[in-house]
Amino acid sequence: MNNQRQLLESHLRRDFLRRGLTGIGTLALSSLLAAEDRTEAPDPLVPRKPHFAPKAKNVIFLFQEGAPSQMDLFDPKPGLQKWHGQSLPPEMTRDLKLAFIKPTAKVLASPRKFAKYGQCGMELSDMIPEMAKHADDICLVRSMHSEAFNHHPGQLLLFSGSMIGGRPSMGSWVTYGLGSETRNLPAFVALQSGPGTSAGSDLWSNGFLPSLYQGTVLRTGGDPILYLGNPDGITRESQRARLDALRDLNQERQDDTGDTEIASRIHSYELAYRMQMAGPEAVDFSKESPATIEAYGINNKDSKAYGTNLLMARRLVERGVRFVLCMHSGWDMHSGINAAMPKLCAQTDKSSAALLTDLKQRGLLDETLVVWGGEFGRTPMSEIRRPDEADNAGRDHHPNGYSIWLSGGGIETGQVIGETDELGLTITKDKIDVHDLQATILHLLGLEHTQLTYRHFGRNFRLTDVSGQAVKQLLS
Amino acid sequence: MSPLLILLLAALAADTPTLPPAATSEVDFARDVAPVLKRNCQGCHGAAMQQSGFRLDDGPAALKGGYGGAAILPGKSADSPMILRAAGAKGVPVMPPAGRRLTAAEVGILRAWIDQGARFPAAMVSKANRQKTKHWAFEPIATPALPAVKNTAWVRSPIDAFVLAKLESKRIAPSIEADRRTLLRRLNWDLIGLPPTPAEVSEFEADTRPDAYQRQVDRLLAAPQFGEKWARGWLDQARYADSDGYEKDWVRPYAFRWRDWAINAINQDLPFNRFTIEQIAGDLLPNSTVEQRVATGFARHTLTNREGGIDDAQFRFEGTLDRANTVSTVFLGLSMGCAQCHDHKYDPISQRDYYSLFAFFDNAEEVDIDAPRAGELGPWLRGRAEYQAKRDALLAEYKVAELQAAWEKDILYTIAHPGERTDWDLAWDCVNKLTEGGDGGKIVRIPAAERTPRERDIVTDHFVKNYHFAVGNKRYKELKLDVATKTLAKLKTDYPQLTQAMTLAENPKPQPSFLRVRGDYKTNGIEVQPATPAVLPGLQKSGKLTRLDLADWLVAEENPLTARVAANRVWQELFGSGLVKTTDDFGTRADLPEHPELLTWLADNFRRLGWSRKQLIRGIVLSSTYRQASHARPDLQDIDPDNQLLARQVRLRLTAEQIRDGALAASGLLAKTIGGPSIRPPIPAGVMEMSYGSRGWGDGWKVSEGEDRYRRGLYIQFLRTSPYPQLMTFDAPKATAAQCKRDRSNTPLQALNLLNDPVFVEAAQSLAVSIVSQPAKERLDWAYRRALGRIPSAKESARMMAYFTEQQRLLSDDTKAQTALAPFVPPSATRLETATWTGLASVILNLEEFITRE
Repeated sequence: MNNQRQLLESHLRRDFLRRGLTGIGTLALSSLLAAEDRTEAPDPLVPRKPHFAPKAKNVIFLFQEGAPSQMDLFDPKPGLQKWHGQSLPPEMTRDLKLAFIKPTAKVLASPRKFAKYGQCGMELSDMIPEMAKHADDICLVRSMHSEAFNHHPGQLLLFSGSMIGGRPSMGSWVTYGLGSETRNLPAFVALQSGPGTSAGSDLWSNGFLPSLYQGTVLRTGGDPILYLGNPDGITRESQRARLDALRDLNQERQDDTGDTEIASRIHSYELAYRMQMAGPEAVDFSKESPATIEAYGINNKDSKAYGTNLLMARRLVERGVRFVLCMHSGWDMHSGINAAMPKLCAQTDKSSAALLTDLKQRGLLDETLVVWGGEFGRTPMSEIRRPDEADNAGRDHHPNGYSIWLSGGGIETGQVIGETDELGLTITKDKIDVHDLQATILHLLGLEHTQLTYRHFGRNFRLTDVSGQAVKQLLS
Repeated sequence: MSPLLILLLAALAADTPTLPPAATSEVDFARDVAPVLKRNCQGCHGAAMQQSGFRLDDGPAALKGGYGGAAILPGKSADSPMILRAAGAKGVPVMPPAGRRLTAAEVGILRAWIDQGARFPAAMVSKANRQKTKHWAFEPIATPALPAVKNTAWVRSPIDAFVLAKLESKRIAPSIEADRRTLLRRLNWDLIGLPPTPAEVSEFEADTRPDAYQRQVDRLLAAPQFGEKWARGWLDQARYADSDGYEKDWVRPYAFRWRDWAINAINQDLPFNRFTIEQIAGDLLPNSTVEQRVATGFARHTLTNREGGIDDAQFRFEGTLDRANTVSTVFLGLSMGCAQCHDHKYDPISQRDYYSLFAFFDNAEEVDIDAPRAGELGPWLRGRAEYQAKRDALLAEYKVAELQAAWEKDILYTIAHPGERTDWDLAWDCVNKLTEGGDGGKIVRIPAAERTPRERDIVTDHFVKNYHFAVGNKRYKELKLDVATKTLAKLKTDYPQLTQAMTLAENPKPQPSFLRVRGDYKTNGIEVQPATPAVLPGLQKSGKLTRLDLADWLVAEENPLTARVAANRVWQELFGSGLVKTTDDFGTRADLPEHPELLTWLADNFRRLGWSRKQLIRGIVLSSTYRQASHARPDLQDIDPDNQLLARQVRLRLTAEQIRDGALAASGLLAKTIGGPSIRPPIPAGVMEMSYGSRGWGDGWKVSEGEDRYRRGLYIQFLRTSPYPQLMTFDAPKATAAQCKRDRSNTPLQALNLLNDPVFVEAAQSLAVSIVSQPAKERLDWAYRRALGRIPSAKESARMMAYFTEQQRLLSDDTKAQTALAPFVPPSATRLETATWTGLASVILNLEEFITRE
């Protein structure tokens, strides 16, 4: 059949029929729950076999929204000192894509001190002392390339493979490809710290995929999942009574109409009921040791929000959540970068490092891919929005030669991939495009990016659009 | 050429990335060149296919070139794009893109041939063209003959004849007619998107007149809610939203004006051909009315990016693509998007076709206009002079005129001298991105004296609000322009203002339109003229075609697609699935429909009915086919699992909006006001704040007050980067591109939404209050009738009453829970009773039957 959606539908239909034939509809709830491990699931989220043996089962994507500055964190550029405060010759800036500044903007050398860390001797900035201790646990890429040089298009490109909206996000593709390991929690979870992101819900959108592949936002205030909590006046016990009545009455309707979709609706309500238990448990840190809470920076007001999300990410992965997207915004430093950079690093450095330590200790790092990165990087030249204010300089968007790091399942760590020229204007070695990164992430999960497709508007779409290649150098 | 020479050439070229040299001997086309072209090129650039509009089987055509322009420059092989590609030199993509590459010797031959004049044999003129596909949907819409059937008693309409003939040929009996209650509920959901009241059900059940059903159909077709229900599907296709879509995601406070137009047009049964023409080109109609210009707002639901520093050309290009794609998908049922980058692989749509369609929209501009709603004009006129005087006084008080004049001078200087002052570069960028109500970048270049009053106000408002980008916040506040901004805004709310409309207008200075090589907006290919796709019957008109010509062509007699596509979509609304299942793809790769003649008959009939949407719908819902029961047919489960043969109706989960509307209707909360600005129902804190755009929404998500809170789902403000959660949970579209069909998913998050969302809890509480206002013995029956239009079976009653007892027991000692579930208690009941019934009401509102159209 050439239509994926039809395939999905017919798969479901067969499934319902089978269940109908085994008479599951007449089973009492208790036995339904007890029998579930034996009965085939009714939903299309059942774990599916990847295309080949995977290196990683889960992904935690630490999305640094706004585009962190690579030359202040990961990619030392002593060469900028010589040019500091001067414009570069036109032939050097000819091919730059700039958002706000003009090619004549003056160079801004980084005041950050770089040193070598780990056995591998990775050069990193003094802004990230905690992550620096993990130099041997990460693979640093200094040669990332994006076609986009504005936030929303850049974020769309990174997460959906296209600068134009409407396509499924990476987490949705992964869930579509692999299904879910858990029935009690959503397979794809999004966590937010800092102010809202440019792309907003596009980052966890199912696009044109069926909406069950949509990411679910887990919140730190109020209900962890929207509408998870019972309304006032409904207790756990009365919720059960309500659902029991609902199940029996729906069952009546199924007997009358013969519509197997009703069985699926009944099942959804039971899943919801279990989610009501599993959701609060997943976000409940009371059983975490004080040391863990401290390590993630949750006791510190600067790092509390991001740290909380990262600890949550570990707990979710432990509980079978496939793809956790942690978004932290605030990196868009067009001005005042010297003041803003320490602030953002204080919000994030410790927690990112703690996550790696924690995953490693628990043996989860082998099966969990961790990716840290933004939608692009920043210019070696300064952006001056207020010439009349002191130390106001910031950096503009720079999509050619920015840095990200990867760790965990299947990544060859303790290495640096790619190089930029001495000023960080262009990539001089091992350019890795956003689509290559996507292909690599899918590859680590056992998915061949050209085969993970969905038919829509008369053609097959994929996360990597029409390009991309898994980067062998990244793989262990 | 001698073998020795070939070897020599190959050796020379082996390790050099530069162009292989031209062969040095005289080349003969037939002997040397033709085999090279045949082996390497003509598979894609020949008789069967002309990728990128380039063909090498036809001399004159080859010399003319492809979409990127000339590929062969006689005498200049080193500069000829064909050679650069064949050699993969100078960073251009190599041809062929896959498989065996040309050898250096072969390139050398081609070079020599080009250098020697690139002469083709005179006879080499190809008559073959890209194969015309014979495809049922491209055939003219004729009037098909009605098939003969045995069971003539079942046939109420030609529709039934088509359906029954096929069923009889397969020895399948149609289903029985649904019972009256089900029929009326079905009609209600399908025609007005709301459930019937118990009284309406009783009345219909008791009506013994032979035309009782027809009367219900006509009543519902005439109801003003008909326009709301059918507009919603149209909004999906128009990718309607109340915000820009990118980053800042500004609210579009007047997007609703077009929505109102659509509801109104559908209620008045504006014929679909007029409906089409006005939305595509209402502005170009002779003496176009405001309403006709409002209609062009159809094209204005494209996404807008106001991010600083974006390339305006890119997003203008994307917006124009989106307009072409939308028209193609919505009216022609053709997904032409592939042809943005290359000739369509499967459908007979070339890249040139695509950009010719694109060209119709390439000269359009976005223009906002005054579009007063009924009753606005008088008060506006009366308040105008006073408002203007106060505004002028305010502007004078803050010395805006002098400051603005100087600012404009600096802005114009900055335009001419980019990069000198970064703060002013930013200020200029903001003029382009942040001007409200018009194109700031364009207006600021018009000399002040030549601006219209509207343009003057637009620039001044922008200046007052955004001067800080130029001079910094300190100076801005010294000038108190922050205060002036607020005062001016306040003044606007103090006096009546006119509703605006987002429309399309034609640029009076037409610009040439270009094909874009590989779909890249920066790479112009050949110039294209507006034209309709070559595979379809063309427009009989000379001269440069306009959007109005396109609109006329869409609904012209010869157009085989528009009527079919529109009728198919109506069918989809009434049967859950189109006769062509891929409602957005009528191309050659779409599944062949089970009933192509029926669709052709519907399309033909649609046009004969004067393109009346209401009459088309009426004809379908009166058919026996439509009236069948929706019960599953175990006998057909294997033969026809998708119900393509139509031996029954189908049960369909309601849409997101219908589920909300149904709960509000059953609980008596629904407000029936039609039209007007969008509304905001309550949502938990923190949901909207997850997008950057929310920072600009000023008041966050301020919940609507009064009855606005209880209006229908289609009025919920749709902010693209933070859509209202219930809409997303129940498969409403994301409004990024035309959507022709909705999913009907079934997820645990939906269960949580219906069980626990305050909107639905409130509905249950309200329903409970109505229930306990009934005599005790009648309460359950009443509740069922109210929500489901029927009384419960004995078994259902017993189960409900068991739950009642259980719920009452759980609540009896819990006064806090009682108060929470029954904040209001009518005199006829106790709090415990009311709270208990809230539980029952919630169960009823969660029943699968309640959220299903049967």
